[in-house]
Amino acid sequence: MSGTTAAAPEKGLPKKLRENLIAYSFIAPNFIGFCIFTLVPMVFAICLAFCDWDGAHAIEFIGIQNFVDLLDDDTFKASFVNTIVYTVGTVPLTLVCSLGLALLLNQKVKFRNLFRTVSFFPYVASLVAVAAVWNMIFSPSMGPINQLLAALGVAQENLPRWAAGKDTAMITVILFSVWKNMGYYMVIYLAGLQGTNPELNEAAELDGANKWQIFWNVTLPQLRPTTFFVIIMLTINSFKVYDQMYMITQGGPGNATMTLVYDIYNVAFVNTPRYGYASAISMVLFILVLIVTLIQFRGSSANE
Amino acid sequence: MSQTAVKVKEHSAKRQHTVVMVLIYALLIAITFLMLIPFVWMISASFKMNKDVFVFPIEWIPSNPRPQNYTDIWTRIPLLTFIGNTAKITIIVTLLQLFTSSFAAYAFAKLNFKGKNVLFLGYIATIALPWQAYMVPQFMMMRSWELNNTHLAIVLLQAFSAFGVFLMKQFYEGVPTELCEAARIDGLSEYGIWARIMLPLSKPAISTLIIFTFVNTWNDFLGPLIYLTKTELKTIQIGLRMFITQYSAEYGLIMAGSVVALIPVLIVFLSLQKYFVQGVASAGLKG
Repeated sequence: MSGTTAAAPEKGLPKKLRENLIAYSFIAPNFIGFCIFTLVPMVFAICLAFCDWDGAHAIEFIGIQNFVDLLDDDTFKASFVNTIVYTVGTVPLTLVCSLGLALLLNQKVKFRNLFRTVSFFPYVASLVAVAAVWNMIFSPSMGPINQLLAALGVAQENLPRWAAGKDTAMITVILFSVWKNMGYYMVIYLAGLQGTNPELNEAAELDGANKWQIFWNVTLPQLRPTTFFVIIMLTINSFKVYDQMYMITQGGPGNATMTLVYDIYNVAFVNTPRYGYASAISMVLFILVLIVTLIQFRGSSANE
Repeated sequence: MSQTAVKVKEHSAKRQHTVVMVLIYALLIAITFLMLIPFVWMISASFKMNKDVFVFPIEWIPSNPRPQNYTDIWTRIPLLTFIGNTAKITIIVTLLQLFTSSFAAYAFAKLNFKGKNVLFLGYIATIALPWQAYMVPQFMMMRSWELNNTHLAIVLLQAFSAFGVFLMKQFYEGVPTELCEAARIDGLSEYGIWARIMLPLSKPAISTLIIFTFVNTWNDFLGPLIYLTKTELKTIQIGLRMFITQYSAEYGLIMAGSVVALIPVLIVFLSLQKYFVQGVASAGLKG
């Protein structure tokens, strides 16, 4: 319109600059908030990792001392190993369960939407509430699971102690995570299955392939980008795990289910605050997630 | 001869098909059972006296029902305050998210400006940034502004997400640019186009963002746990958790409280689940 071109110079703003300013004004509310509450603390965290600070006295720069201390810290070492163990246990199990469920629900079955809704519900349900039930159902002394096992003839001393046992605590949490999250990844797989080509299945069927061969050689390769995405998401989310341990095992027994984020929380907010040290642990978490993210960037550009 | 052979083959294929379908249904029913049984047990236990909760074999329908659990829980802990706090935070966060995300997404999807690609790449890169990695300095910052023990802190924590921008941008890109151009010729400003054309068109994306934000904020645990230490400020999740740790043997009451905490999410989820599924799916495909 001629009106705007005529008006713009009067305001002293060239058209291009004005367009830029309008665009920036759209981004500004989100971007400013994002900078203040995400970027600034992130940079602060990186700096703090090289400092000693209890929140009361002045911040003191101590170089890599925090990281040196980490190597001697048994709780940190346990939480690092546990985070990896949890990830290695959760990722494949959730992957297989969610893929299996998606394959089942991709068939033409009655009540398909009902089944989908039901498998998705644990994901949106409040963690506090479902963890409370889980704790009661898996209670070693009086929970229905162990009562059932006892009724089936398992000797009292052989009953699993679930969250209270040193060897079973991690498995209990992993089972809980798989149960709670598989519905979410199932939906991602269902979307991936929508994108597969049914003609390829028919062609393979004509060639005499059985269902298993079709799945392994035709469907699964087509799902590769989805599987890649699911693995990345699952891995990153597993690295960040904390609240499930907090509610089911309190990190115990001993340090058996202590994780990196749990350790950060304890060091910063529960024990005498050591904010610098907590930030050093944060950096370990950050680097783990960064590695996975870089793999994702490379992988998704390779997929395209 | 050959015709009968074909028929036999067809017949056996049909039978095989029936067997497969029976197997599928059996598996599906078993999975449904696994998914739902904790919730059924929860509801059942919420109507029981403490001493009856662990009676075995399980009494799914209590012979001695105790609905008082549902009236007692409101007086034992300030459950109404917790729910009010959570509702307040959730609604404000959802509205702010919706506004800031869709506003920014419009610029990224439909406007040309200097630094667009760099800015957007920056956003994407930070989606993966774990909040847990910077929650400590963030807390120090908020505390120095005396925002600890305020709901404002939780709102500020959640209101500006890169995920929302990403989700809305994906949707806006699907809206034909000609629509915007036609509106520009009609004399609408960019703000007018956003408000009168893009927003009304993006109902599905808005619904997806609403349900994601709602569920995340309602169920958020670590944020409120760190920031809200005063009982009267707590959200339903940490309030319920506090009750569970204080009265760990009040099984019936704990389960009644859990059921109450689940209901709002259940309602939102069931009414908007179509969009939730779409949102998860599109996040997966684009990822």
